[in-house]
Amino acid sequence: MARELLKGNEAIAEAAIRAGLQAYFGYPITPQTELLEWMSKRMPELGRAFVQAESELAAINMVYGAACTGARVMTSSSSPGISLMMEGISYIIGTEVPAVLVDVMRGGPGLGNIAPAQSDYNQIVHGGGHGDYHLIVLAPASVQEAVDLTVLAFDLAEKYRTVAVVLLDGSLGQMMEPAELPPMRPVKTTFPEWAATGMMGKREKRNILTSIYLNPPDEEQTNLRLLRRWQEVEASEIRFKEYFMDDARYVVVGFGSAGRVALSAVRAARAEGIPVGLLRPVTLSPFPYEHIRKLAQRVEGFLVVEMNAGQMLEDVRLAVAGQKPVEFYGRLGGVMPFPDEILSEIQRIASGGLTLEGHPRERWLQRMNGKN
Amino acid sequence: MVMEQILPEEIVYQRPESLVEVSTHYCPGCTHGVAHRLIAEVIDEMGIRDRMIGVASVGCSVFAYNYFDFDWVQAPHGRAPAMATGIKRVLPDRFVVTYQGDGDMASIGMAEVVHAAARGENITVFFINNANYGMTGGQMAPTTLPGQRTTSSPGGRDVETAGYPIRAAELLATLEGASYVVRRSLHDPKNIRLAKKAIRTALEVQAQGMGFSMVELLSICPTNWGMTPVDSLHWLEEHMVPYYPLGDYKVAPMVAQIRI
Amino acid sequence: MQTEIIIAGFGGQGVLFAGQLLSYAAMDAGKEVTWIPSYGPEMRGGTANCTVVISDEEIGSPLVRHPQAVIAMNLPSLDKYEPLVKSGGVLIVNASMVNRQPTRTDIHWVMVPGNEIAEELGDRRMTNMVMLGALLANLPILPLEALIQTLEAHLPARHHRLLPLNVEALKRGAEYLAVKA
Repeated sequence: MARELLKGNEAIAEAAIRAGLQAYFGYPITPQTELLEWMSKRMPELGRAFVQAESELAAINMVYGAACTGARVMTSSSSPGISLMMEGISYIIGTEVPAVLVDVMRGGPGLGNIAPAQSDYNQIVHGGGHGDYHLIVLAPASVQEAVDLTVLAFDLAEKYRTVAVVLLDGSLGQMMEPAELPPMRPVKTTFPEWAATGMMGKREKRNILTSIYLNPPDEEQTNLRLLRRWQEVEASEIRFKEYFMDDARYVVVGFGSAGRVALSAVRAARAEGIPVGLLRPVTLSPFPYEHIRKLAQRVEGFLVVEMNAGQMLEDVRLAVAGQKPVEFYGRLGGVMPFPDEILSEIQRIASGGLTLEGHPRERWLQRMNGKN
Repeated sequence: MVMEQILPEEIVYQRPESLVEVSTHYCPGCTHGVAHRLIAEVIDEMGIRDRMIGVASVGCSVFAYNYFDFDWVQAPHGRAPAMATGIKRVLPDRFVVTYQGDGDMASIGMAEVVHAAARGENITVFFINNANYGMTGGQMAPTTLPGQRTTSSPGGRDVETAGYPIRAAELLATLEGASYVVRRSLHDPKNIRLAKKAIRTALEVQAQGMGFSMVELLSICPTNWGMTPVDSLHWLEEHMVPYYPLGDYKVAPMVAQIRI
Repeated sequence: MQTEIIIAGFGGQGVLFAGQLLSYAAMDAGKEVTWIPSYGPEMRGGTANCTVVISDEEIGSPLVRHPQAVIAMNLPSLDKYEPLVKSGGVLIVNASMVNRQPTRTDIHWVMVPGNEIAEELGDRRMTNMVMLGALLANLPILPLEALIQTLEAHLPARHHRLLPLNVEALKRGAEYLAVKA
């Protein structure tokens, strides 16, 4: 198929449709709305289910219902809407049914603004809803990657009977880039054995899908089963991308849009002869802890770049475990960094600005004083 | 001979196929059991057990799925109509029903049920109104009557601070998308028969793709009301029925054509 | 090789579409390209701008502080972006909507009476095409012909009767060549 110039939000929508999406439920919110609008046109014309729900709460619970039938189903939203969906996400995980969620992040907390941000990292990667659970979190940095990871999200969600999240920021949702869409997969015509589809003369026993286990030992067993499945995810599904890493002495770590902005900075630094590389985690959960731990053995230091106040930073620090210095640079509240800001940080680090003392966030905050 | 007297054709009462043979967790005298049985009987009579998907709610009926012998899912508090929407849109030829209490449907889940009705979602809601939160121990519900004592309105519901009870059937009946909205009561045999007929009509509405149907069933909660079951039935009749009049609040013209 | 262009003006001046057309042309020419708008309330009639990055390799940042080229469709855009154009870069100014010339001496700039030309052509909506024509004449990223072919390929069929007018507008704009001040 030929490359087309596609807007991130619309590319994700069409990719999901081609991945065999059977039902979409959503609620308008900027900067994600084009995704819902695309679905509102395409899904009915293909004879598939589309509902504009009355709220994000309703949308995620419509997803939950459809997921219980084993259908390929998704919703999408942006940060404040995702907060409302946390209830449903926890239930979907607790019931072990597959679903896909797209979060096109914007500035927060609160109503915040509609500009691009990455401040839902902790909410999506480290919880948000109640209970012990992990989501599979995929972080595209380009429209093509958004397309590819959306398709992958459905496959992973079904394989592990869990929720897979495509986590991007508003700039990628609004951006146009050439990308190649996948071929249209046929929609599933069968339903899994475990699904609540009506017995339809095929089963003797009824299927009950629930997340309630009033007997604590049963709930403990359920949690252990979820955890063991998560171990499989960790063993097989970690993905990341590296640039200029062969001879790198310094490593910039950034995901999504911050990662691609950092690529420009790394290229500029290379042009100045600074031996710096870029690690861009593609799966934020599972996170490439082990890879970063090994990197720490051979490089001199890390610079974590995010569009938040240092959320992935803590995961990088956990992986580096004090072996080497870690520095941080972030922009917040809907501000995107320019490459020259990150380049300055790389230059600072390469000219001796590394230390194992203190916390990188403290130092970054001091450097932010006086910045508008 | 005793054997001669127990012939199969003489069995006049037995467990419906759609109910599982277990004892329920409901309190003695609770009308959930009656409501369950009526729904199960109708499903048996219509021969649709194999195509049923139930959506349980949060409250005393959280374990409804343990008692009905067909597929069930369990919704978060109040969200059953949204889950039912998701299921019905993917599997439009199945029968999708929610079974919700008054706290679940008329308080935390008001948005979900109103919008399911507004969309004319082709699902059926069974709404058990017993004027309090049963499972958590009898707190004030949106349906608690003015002056009614509960564990969270110990001096009786004060409408100055806690507002007025919601008449859900009347409210939903205003929506164009709702096709069949009625209120029945489970306090005596005559009303129980009328309730069964309404349940049948509601599922026929769904069978014929006519849109949203809701049957509100006035129910008792002897344990939390602190009364015997018999006193509770009288209390329902004397206090609840006047505030929540029984009747048909919305019967769309095409629904009126249904003959059962 | 990477080139960055910012197109800025009022909402309704066709700023976003001009950027998209340029992006399509870059894609059709086999290049990598990103198009990113300013989005939000300002797209409802306030100021609008988009950044287009065209490159031979995977594009990093879709936003740049100092673009190689700017089309300023109105005075606020001229005021905002003139200082930001990369030294040696290009600034195309819609002379119809400003009351001053650029003051930078280290860039190439040209004043194009975009609105007047478009009105001469009989359709004021052609202003963005005039300005785009001027940009391509002054920034060797793509031949004008490539843009015209792209227009033919991507313009919705219902607008095809406007093709000759668009082509004329691009050509009229391309007559304006910048000189270093």
